[in-house]
Amino acid sequence: MTAATAHIDASEGRRSGVDLSIPTFVILSLLLAVLVILPLFWILYYSFRSDSDGSATLENFVALVTDPTLARAYALAIGMATSVGVLSCIVATPMAWLVARTDLPGRNVIRMLVTASFVTPPFLGAIAYEILAAPNTGLINIIYRKLFGLDQSASLVNIYTFSGLVFAIACFTFPYVFTLVSNALDRVPSDLEDASAILGGKAMTTLRKVTIPLVLPAMLAGTLIAILQSLTMFGSPAILALPAGFHVITTKIWSLFQFPPRLGLAAAAAIPLLILTIILLRTQKAILGRRGYTVLGGKSGSPRITKLGKWKWVAILFVMSILSLTIFLPYFAILKTAFTGTVGDALTWENLTLSHWKFVLFDFSATRLALWNTLFLGVTTATIVTLIAVVASYLVVRQSVTGAKYLGMLATAPVAIPGIVLGVGLFLSYANPTFQLYGTLWILLIAFMTIELPAGYQQMSSSFAGVHPELEEAGRILGASRLTTLRHITAPLLRTSLVAAWCFVFVGTIRELSATILLTTANTKLVSVIIYDLNESGDLGAICVLGVLLLAVSFAVVYMANRVSMLGGNQMNTRG
Amino acid sequence: MRSLELAAALFTACSLSISAAYADAPAPYSVTPELLEAAKEEGKVVFYTATDVTVAEKLAELFMEKYPEIDVQVERAGSERVFQRIGQEYSTGIYNADVIETSDAVHFQYFKKQGWLEPMVPQVVADKWPEDERDPDGHFAAYRAHLSVMAYRTDLLPEEDAPTTWTDLLDPKYQGKMVKAHPGYSGTVMTATFLLSELLGWEYFEKLGQQQIMQVQSSTEPPKKLAQGERMIEIDGNEYNIFRLQDEGVPIKIVYPEQGTPLAVGNAGVLKNAPNPNAAKVFYAFLFSLEAQQLNSDFGGLRSFHPDVKESDAKTPLSQIKLLHLDATKLEPQIQTIKSNYEKYFGT
Repeated sequence: MTAATAHIDASEGRRSGVDLSIPTFVILSLLLAVLVILPLFWILYYSFRSDSDGSATLENFVALVTDPTLARAYALAIGMATSVGVLSCIVATPMAWLVARTDLPGRNVIRMLVTASFVTPPFLGAIAYEILAAPNTGLINIIYRKLFGLDQSASLVNIYTFSGLVFAIACFTFPYVFTLVSNALDRVPSDLEDASAILGGKAMTTLRKVTIPLVLPAMLAGTLIAILQSLTMFGSPAILALPAGFHVITTKIWSLFQFPPRLGLAAAAAIPLLILTIILLRTQKAILGRRGYTVLGGKSGSPRITKLGKWKWVAILFVMSILSLTIFLPYFAILKTAFTGTVGDALTWENLTLSHWKFVLFDFSATRLALWNTLFLGVTTATIVTLIAVVASYLVVRQSVTGAKYLGMLATAPVAIPGIVLGVGLFLSYANPTFQLYGTLWILLIAFMTIELPAGYQQMSSSFAGVHPELEEAGRILGASRLTTLRHITAPLLRTSLVAAWCFVFVGTIRELSATILLTTANTKLVSVIIYDLNESGDLGAICVLGVLLLAVSFAVVYMANRVSMLGGNQMNTRG
Repeated sequence: MRSLELAAALFTACSLSISAAYADAPAPYSVTPELLEAAKEEGKVVFYTATDVTVAEKLAELFMEKYPEIDVQVERAGSERVFQRIGQEYSTGIYNADVIETSDAVHFQYFKKQGWLEPMVPQVVADKWPEDERDPDGHFAAYRAHLSVMAYRTDLLPEEDAPTTWTDLLDPKYQGKMVKAHPGYSGTVMTATFLLSELLGWEYFEKLGQQQIMQVQSSTEPPKKLAQGERMIEIDGNEYNIFRLQDEGVPIKIVYPEQGTPLAVGNAGVLKNAPNPNAAKVFYAFLFSLEAQQLNSDFGGLRSFHPDVKESDAKTPLSQIKLLHLDATKLEPQIQTIKSNYEKYFGT
């Protein structure tokens, strides 16, 4: 609707001499500038402010270099993120190739299941792995001891270690690499591979010398995204690294908020993380910007499909074990814990119980409020972000105002601000006597809007770009008014992306933890936060019930989005 | 920025010696019919507490049975969260709370210095409470206490192998078998860490840090990790959580070392800007009454300073345990040191 309004405002306005797109542009720019710049300004301001007496100082930056605990947290975080990136790439690339370019059975199901691990909040995955791989009570270790008749002290895996943490995060970041690489493989022109084959290259040679170099940019870009995701992640390290006795930078920043809070140091500690994020994103953009050689070939028919032959079973085994580790086992662990008494209980009919469900839904006083807050914020954020994204991308894509591209830059800028940094910034900006937003849902709404805006904007602007103005012009030529054209042509074409953007933002919002954790209070609990709190009091059964609820809502929304997109896809096809 | 000022003020305040002349505590009061009438007019009291939520709700229920005209609104969070919240609210001029209670003794030193508490002494406190468990100026008194205890799973560890002193925990045979809560998160563990560092020195913690302990946050969590069987010994944790697990039949035994066991005291006080001052006064007196204290003991497993409270036989009476008492004024300036030492030796 707003798209339509803006459009009319713009066009009708121009005709009558008053251009409403300029005020819209100004207001929107100001809003986005406040959202993005204010928190960053306060981070910068506080980083130069002494925690002890409030004077201007460089001591926070000195501490950044001299305090071994901060340096160690950064070193561990970078080590962790790099390992996650490499591991994700190693696992995801062959899998993407198998799914995109071979005759592996059930390829669509595999793609769908990988999407499922996309939707899983990483902190929930970390908790699932606590249940599976804690050294003493982990299900895997219990089974291992049973199988080999070992005593209590023996354990096969221990998730409370650095490598355990890397593994548990990689399980839920490899989809980034997978998606990028499999999409790239779909696009690699097969004639280049054919050429190699004609020139006598064997299958492996072609793969090594042609296909892999062609998708290398996608692999690198995906790996960088995985690195970025894990570098800025709060939930999983907080759940797995703290019991193991080490901090990564996000948990370290969070610990600086404990009493007595050291806000200046927290602000200073956030700045390198911000810089790292920007560097990673720039690198990623540079790599993808080359677009590789993939587009040079133009359209060249369907991609070559490699016949696996006798290797098929090896491939199936590989894919199945990856899917087991990332989907089947964690989901099994969560479901089992939600329906049995304690983690170690054997899975028998007698042990099945609804007691955790009763506790969460009826006895635990925080549940209702948290569910309500989560839904309220999810719906509100998704709606507002979609509206802003529609108006902003209309202004930018149709270039109706000079300087519109800066609006686009503002709308995508928050992607460079890690959640925890934004949390620090918003706390500093809005938790003071002037704004008094701390302890209200509004500060969370601002946080979520800022975090989700880039995703919503990118979604909308790419679909606006996809609707060529000539479609609208065609409507006009055939005698329809601009309003009719909008209603019958532009709006239906955009409807699917609107719904998709809305759902995307909604799912992103209800799983957010890293900014939330610094901004929430007793009255503004969210489901993600009570899951985290319950983890701190060791109540795994209740966590899993909440996790199941969270996942059910997420999957329902994703399913809905897919349904709508599919309808939309057909429409697009008839259009094209 | 309030939280910053909290910290800053706290630090400057601690570095100065407390020179304010000690005012005498106000005369003890009882719940008179006039007071009760005024309280009923207000009809409501808001209680910010760090006590386990089921215990706090039970207490509110008992109060409402006794005074049906006065509603109790229980706002429960962890001690540090309650502290942050009241600081945030007071700095922005929001006065919601009537009565406040946390298990971190340092908080009440801070509240008192800020002048946020209204001095008042219920008759029962004046009559029954030990001298050192109440503020000499009557700003607050010890509403509850619990120990931070060492404990172990009797089914996983035979009694002859179990530790009996703090230093026993340094034995390599316990490596990878212990769980511990965090002083940066839990007021109880902050207290315990300070007391044990005074008693045994930081070298003790330095060696303990080598024992591959499992680090959790809240002091309610180590007992739960024991119950779950993830570790067999807890180094610290709430005694009352252990009592409750023992009642459920989990085979756990508490160890009270001869060197002493840290005592964490939960103070309560009435806020000066309380929106319901009379109801607050009635509720505050009720908190220290024998019936309320007995309920805390029976239902919550908490310790009481009321000499007439009868503890269940299953519990070792406080009189038979060597207690380590905290001087909150000494802990205050040490908080940052404790946190950084802790991070040095334990990694987080």
